[in-house]
Amino acid sequence: MGEMEQLRKEAESLKDQITAARKAVQDSTLQEAAAGITVVGRIQMKTRKTLRGHLAKIYAMHWSTDSKLCVSASQDGKLIVWDSVTTNKVNAIPLKSSWVMTCAYAPSGNLVACGGLDNMCSIYNLKGKDGNVKVMRELAAHTGYLSCCRFISDTEIITSSGDCTCILWDIETGTQKTVFAGHQGDCMSLAVAPDFKFFISGACDFTAKLWDIREGTCRQTFGGHESDVNAIGFFPNGNAVITGSDDATCKLFDLRADQELITYQDSSIMCGVTSLAPSLSGRLILAGYDDFNVNIWDMLKAERVGVLAGHDNRVSCIGVSADGMACCTGSWDSFLKIWN
Amino acid sequence: MSNNNASSSLIIAQRAVKQLRLEASIRRIKVSQAAAELKQFCLQNASKDPLLMGVPSSDNPFRPPKSCSLF
Repeated sequence: MGEMEQLRKEAESLKDQITAARKAVQDSTLQEAAAGITVVGRIQMKTRKTLRGHLAKIYAMHWSTDSKLCVSASQDGKLIVWDSVTTNKVNAIPLKSSWVMTCAYAPSGNLVACGGLDNMCSIYNLKGKDGNVKVMRELAAHTGYLSCCRFISDTEIITSSGDCTCILWDIETGTQKTVFAGHQGDCMSLAVAPDFKFFISGACDFTAKLWDIREGTCRQTFGGHESDVNAIGFFPNGNAVITGSDDATCKLFDLRADQELITYQDSSIMCGVTSLAPSLSGRLILAGYDDFNVNIWDMLKAERVGVLAGHDNRVSCIGVSADGMACCTGSWDSFLKIWN
Repeated sequence: MSNNNASSSLIIAQRAVKQLRLEASIRRIKVSQAAAELKQFCLQNASKDPLLMGVPSSDNPFRPPKSCSLF
């Protein structure tokens, strides 16, 4: 038997082993564990603020850890830092490339980052000496579009790309520290674990992968979706992962049981999930869809308990503030809305 | 040329097997325990979840407080 044939057989055997090992711990279901709990009552949120100013589709937004400021990116070629309470624009940063697809706020509040079809991640210093916001670094190495970026600190950032890889960068030197390769399709989104030791990525190979940031290895791979995984987030305690896909469903995967526990779907929902965010306790999952709505799911009962309807076009991004007080949605209609 | 393709396919296959061995070897906990702990976390933190409990207007930074004038 040739070596290729041997390897192919070994791969198949290992995949069967993984399936069997997952089944071996499947002594119950999330539905059973949650059987004694009542579904959350209808959640009704109102738009408290509308952030107006972008002149084209908004592709991404990210809250600052202070729960007041947030940054948004639009294909009008601007990054805007907003005070969500006053609706004032704190900074309006013109971008070299208007084809932006993602943005991020550093936990410190000192930096923001963005990137897109320019294949680069540009880092901006908001707290420069002369008060002007300038490009601090341009991180270039990806051979495909930048789909998502998230800061670990002021010195490290993780990016995901259409080139199927994710990269951990040293911002000061502008160099790649680690390349996370393994996905077989464009990486669409990433999320960093609450303890900053791991991150998860969703890709067009229909899977989500858990990566060890320091080891540089993929620990686990989660399949089940029937189309691209566009959105991904950690359950607040870091032990589970929530994904959103073009197959119109969201799924919850438990990291320690290494498997899917539940799917959030409804026969009336036939369009892709673009974005998602859990509420502070994780009991609610807010997910943005291509049909211009945000559906609110009871995470334990897998029932839809609310809808945020207010945008006139696709909801492209969503985020819940760190203190859990508000949800921000960004849309192709060029507006951001703050809800609670 | 075909030699290069063959050897790179081999390397890719070897990497795939190595990765699968890693993923197969992880320790897994029972779904009953995992589910119970997720449920526990939700219930324990429910009262502190503003979007779940609703935000009273007096505590809502996004709503201007209704002012009371005392004459």
